Amino acid sequence: MLEIKNLSMEIEGKHILKDVSITLEQGKVYALFGPNGSGKSTLINTIMGIYKQSSGSIAYDNHYLDDKQIDQITRLGISMAFQHPPEIRGVTLHDMINICLKRKQGTALDQKTKDLVTRLKLDSFLKREINVDFSGGERKRADMLQILLMKPKVLLLDEPDSGVDIESLKTICKELQDYITKNNASALIITHQGYIMDYIKVDLGCVLFNGSIRCYKDPREIIKDISTKGYAECVDCPNLTKDVGTK
Amino acid sequence: MNDEEVKRIIEKTQTLGLNSDKDASSYILANDEVLLEKNQDEGLEILDIRNALKKYDWLKDYMFKLIDANKDEFTKSAYDNLGGGYFIRIKKGAKVNIPINSCLLISKKDFVQRVHNIIIAEEGSTANILTGCMQEHNMEPYTHIGLSEFFIEKGASLNFTMIHNWGNMTKVRPRTKAVVKEGGSFVSNYILLQPVKDIQAYPIVDLKGADSKAVLTSLINGTSDSLIDIGSGINLLADNTRGEVISRVITQDESTVISRSMIHGQNETSKAHLECRGLILSNKSRIHAVPELIASANGTDLSHEAAVGKIADKELQYLMARGLDKDQSTSVIVRGFLDTNIMGLPTEFKEKVDEMMDLVHDGM
Repeated sequence: MLEIKNLSMEIEGKHILKDVSITLEQGKVYALFGPNGSGKSTLINTIMGIYKQSSGSIAYDNHYLDDKQIDQITRLGISMAFQHPPEIRGVTLHDMINICLKRKQGTALDQKTKDLVTRLKLDSFLKREINVDFSGGERKRADMLQILLMKPKVLLLDEPDSGVDIESLKTICKELQDYITKNNASALIITHQGYIMDYIKVDLGCVLFNGSIRCYKDPREIIKDISTKGYAECVDCPNLTKDVGTK
Repeated sequence: MNDEEVKRIIEKTQTLGLNSDKDASSYILANDEVLLEKNQDEGLEILDIRNALKKYDWLKDYMFKLIDANKDEFTKSAYDNLGGGYFIRIKKGAKVNIPINSCLLISKKDFVQRVHNIIIAEEGSTANILTGCMQEHNMEPYTHIGLSEFFIEKGASLNFTMIHNWGNMTKVRPRTKAVVKEGGSFVSNYILLQPVKDIQAYPIVDLKGADSKAVLTSLINGTSDSLIDIGSGINLLADNTRGEVISRVITQDESTVISRSMIHGQNETSKAHLECRGLILSNKSRIHAVPELIASANGTDLSHEAAVGKIADKELQYLMARGLDKDQSTSVIVRGFLDTNIMGLPTEFKEKVDEMMDLVHDGM
C-alpha cells in the first residue's frame, strides 16, 4: 500500500501540490485526471523522488520515501513511466533492458525478455539509441517494456496514452493489464482523455485541480462530467473531499 | 635498441589495440628509430619516409605539397629535422582488407619527435589505417610534432583512425592536410582519452573532386589539467561534395578543451553538416566550442547543431528510475556520449578502444 498524507510541494514559492492525501491499495488501478498545470505530473514525480515535498509524507511498505533517492524508491518496487522519455545518446534499448534487469552490459536477452520485446513490437529497436528518433508510440512502448521488466509492485504512469496510436495503445495496455492481474500490482495512471480505460480495468478515478484532490469516484463518470461540465465545476463537485481515501 | 627493448615496445603499442604482431601491415617508430616496417599485402607499400624518399624520387614532390613548411615554428622544425614517419601507398584498385597499423612512440627523455607522414590512396583503392601515438613514461616531458599529408585519389576510399595516448607533460603539435579527388572518400576518426600537457591541431580536408566526401569525427576526454585545442575543417570545393564534422567533448578535472570545427561551402551544390557536443563534468574545467559555417557559393547547404553543458537532469532521472544510482547513471551517460559506434571502426580495434574507454570511466 502506497500512502500519501498531506503532501504539499512548492517550486520557487508557487504551491504546486496542496495538502494532497491519497492511498493506493495493492492490486487496484487508479486514474488521475486534471487540467494542464494542475499538478498531476508533479505528484507522480514527487512520489518518485524526482521532486522533494515541502511537507507531508509518502510511505510505502513500511518505508518512508521522503528522503530517498529515485533509485532507492525504484528498488522498493515503484516504477515510473515518463510523460516525455528523454533521448540518451550512445545508450541503446538493449542497454536499457540490461540496466532494468540488473545485468551486465552486453548480456544477450533471455527468451522471456525477447518474447516481451516482440509482443511490444520493439525487435528492430534493440540496437537503436534509446528514444532517439522514436515516434510517440515507440517511446511509450519502449518505456512500458522497461517498466514491466523491472517487475514493480506500484506503477506510476504519466500519460501512457498521449501521442500513441490506437494499435500501440492496445499493445501497451494488453501487456500492462496482464502484468497487473498476474502480479496483483497497483497503478496510478495520468490520463487526459481516458482512452486507456477502454483497455485497462480502472477501479477508481480522481481529479487534481489547482494542486488539490477534488473528488474521487467511478472514472467513467468523471470523464462524462468533465466533458459535459468542464473541470471548473469539479470545484463544486458533491464528492469534494479534502482527505481522499480510496475505500 | 636491443632486441629485448624492441620486443617490449612493440608489446606496449598493442595496448592501443594495434596488432602489429599478427597479419597487419605495420610501422612502428620509437623516437626516430624504426622498429618495425612490415608489409603484408601486395596491394600496398608501407615504409619509413626516409627510406621511401631514397626509393622514390617523385615522393619529394608530395612533401609539403599541402602543408606550408613555413606555416609555424613547429612545422619549420619538422621540415629542418626529419626524424621519420610513415609512407603508406595503397596501390591503384587495391582493396586492403586487414587494417594497416602504425605507431609513433617516444621513450627518450626530453625527446622532440619530428615526423612527416605521407599517405597516398591511389585511384579506386580501399583501406583502413589505425594509428596510435604514445609515450613510454607518463611523467616525462616530450614533444611530438607530426606532419601528415593525405592524398585520396579518384574513387579511392580511406578510413583513418588515430588514437592519442600521451602523458601529463607532453606537448603535441600535429599538422594535417588532406585532399580528396573525384568520387573519393575520406573518413578520419580522432580519439583522445588520456591527459596531455597541451595539444594543438586543426586538420583540414579539401574536397577537390566532384562527388567526393569527408567525415571527420573526434571523441575527446579532457582530464587532469590538459589544454586541448582541436579542430576539424572541410572545404567543399567541387560539385556534389559532402562533408560531416562531428565532435564530442568531455571535460573533467581542470582540463580545457577548445573544440573548433569549420565547414566552408564554396560550391553551389555542396552540402555539409557540423555537430558539436560537449559535456562539462567539473566546475574547474572548460569547454570552448567554436563551430563555424562559411558559405561563399549561392546554393551551398550547410547546417550545424551545437550543445554544450552539464549532463541533463532528465537523463539522470530516467536512468535512476531504472535502478541505477547517480554515479552509475552519470557513467552510463558519459560512456554513451563517447560512443565509438559513430566511427565505424573495425570490430577488433573497436573492442579494444571500448575497453580503454571503460577503464577511463571506471576511474572517474
